[in-house]
Amino acid sequence: MTEVSVAKEDVAATGELVVLKSVNKHFGALHVLQDIDLTIARGEVVVVIGPSGSGKSTLCRTINRLETIDSGDIAIDGKPLPEEGKALARLRADVGMVFQSFNLFAHKTVLENVMLGQIKVRKADKKAAEEKARALLDRVGVATQADKYPAQLSGGQQQRVAIARALAMDPKVMLFDEPTSALDPEMINEVLEVMQQLARDGMTMIVVTHEMGFARSAANRVVFMADGRIVEEAVPDQFFSNPRSDRAKDFLSKILHH
Amino acid sequence: MFDFLEGYDLLGAFWVTVQLTLLSAVGSLIWGTLLAAMRVGPVPLMRGFGTAYVNIVRNIPLTVIILFTSLGLNQTLGATMGAANNFETLNFRLAVLGLVAYTSAFVCEALRSGINTVPVGQAEAARAIGLKFSQVLTLVVLPQAFRSVVGPMANVLIALTKNTTVAAAIGVAEAALLMKEMIENEAQLILISAVFAFGFVCLTLPTGLILGWVGKKVAVKR
Repeated sequence: MTEVSVAKEDVAATGELVVLKSVNKHFGALHVLQDIDLTIARGEVVVVIGPSGSGKSTLCRTINRLETIDSGDIAIDGKPLPEEGKALARLRADVGMVFQSFNLFAHKTVLENVMLGQIKVRKADKKAAEEKARALLDRVGVATQADKYPAQLSGGQQQRVAIARALAMDPKVMLFDEPTSALDPEMINEVLEVMQQLARDGMTMIVVTHEMGFARSAANRVVFMADGRIVEEAVPDQFFSNPRSDRAKDFLSKILHH
Repeated sequence: MFDFLEGYDLLGAFWVTVQLTLLSAVGSLIWGTLLAAMRVGPVPLMRGFGTAYVNIVRNIPLTVIILFTSLGLNQTLGATMGAANNFETLNFRLAVLGLVAYTSAFVCEALRSGINTVPVGQAEAARAIGLKFSQVLTLVVLPQAFRSVVGPMANVLIALTKNTTVAAAIGVAEAALLMKEMIENEAQLILISAVFAFGFVCLTLPTGLILGWVGKKVAVKR
């Protein structure tokens, strides 16, 4: 993989990039997010872990309003999340998202997938968009697949294309919603490596995952969620070696020793 | 054996049928797509309109709709469709209008079932890169929906081709009107029917075969 320098925001322009304040959400009777307070600083990599149904994916999806919230406030780069319409679309362009099921546009080639947002949202001209798309595909290691359709790629390749598609928008922050959960075991690492590189390059990332190895090596902070609440926040070393809450101890004992 | 065909412009009549079909097909594809967009859109008023339109129009017999364009729109309300003095053109345009109004309800529903085959994640990914609703629909969802409904659309198109015969009710000189005229004047009733039946099969059979092939060709692989 060749290096392409990331269009990186000045990290020194400090501050809080993503702020969630007492966010609540219900799915019917289920209180899926309960008084969530979370602040993510520029350049920070936050990994959200927790048992299934703990609300971590929902949390991730509220940040670009793919899920609406019932109460509370979410702000990105100091601006509150718009309700609907063009303002919301503009904000989403600044928030990259990578899905569990890749969701590459099935009727477009890999290259077109990475070019679409640049042309239609950023109004880039076609040539510049293609150049950038090819550079990004090269960066995630799938440059040779540019003219294929998503269905012709392996899961790992598709997910790396999805990361390139998100990066093409020069996002301020990247959301990863269980990016490796739908992958065959031997393909997980190729995706994690791309994410590690991204983290090293200073991208602000919120990663929902079950990959504890990634959490240990790439995260600045681990957020542990259970039953719709943030139960514990800590640096990875501290969290994995010395969790404070019983819920986290219980969770870790189930996943780390077998 | 086919002497009875002499003196009749059979090809001309079928040409009118083809014109009716093609113009109505284009019109109903456009209006049907707009209706489908309304029905899946976020604006309640438009959703309501789309739903009401489809449910009313597809449940009215086509004959009633075609007669309404002539008796209602033209003779009562005075709509002239830009052809006030040319009776033939006027009726042709009124027939196209009626066929479009009717067929678009079926196009809309076929397309809507196609939209349902597009996984939710496709639209989510499109929204996540900052596309507006209209862009999500036109760039991501509809292209995939269309590819999955080529078969059903072929059905609609075949039905439309045959439905153009209803235009005879307001005097459009297409195939069915000529058939009626020939049946009155000639003795070979079965042969006349067979000739016209054959003519319609010649129009619709290739439609089905070609669109079936196209449907396979453009199908989205997931």
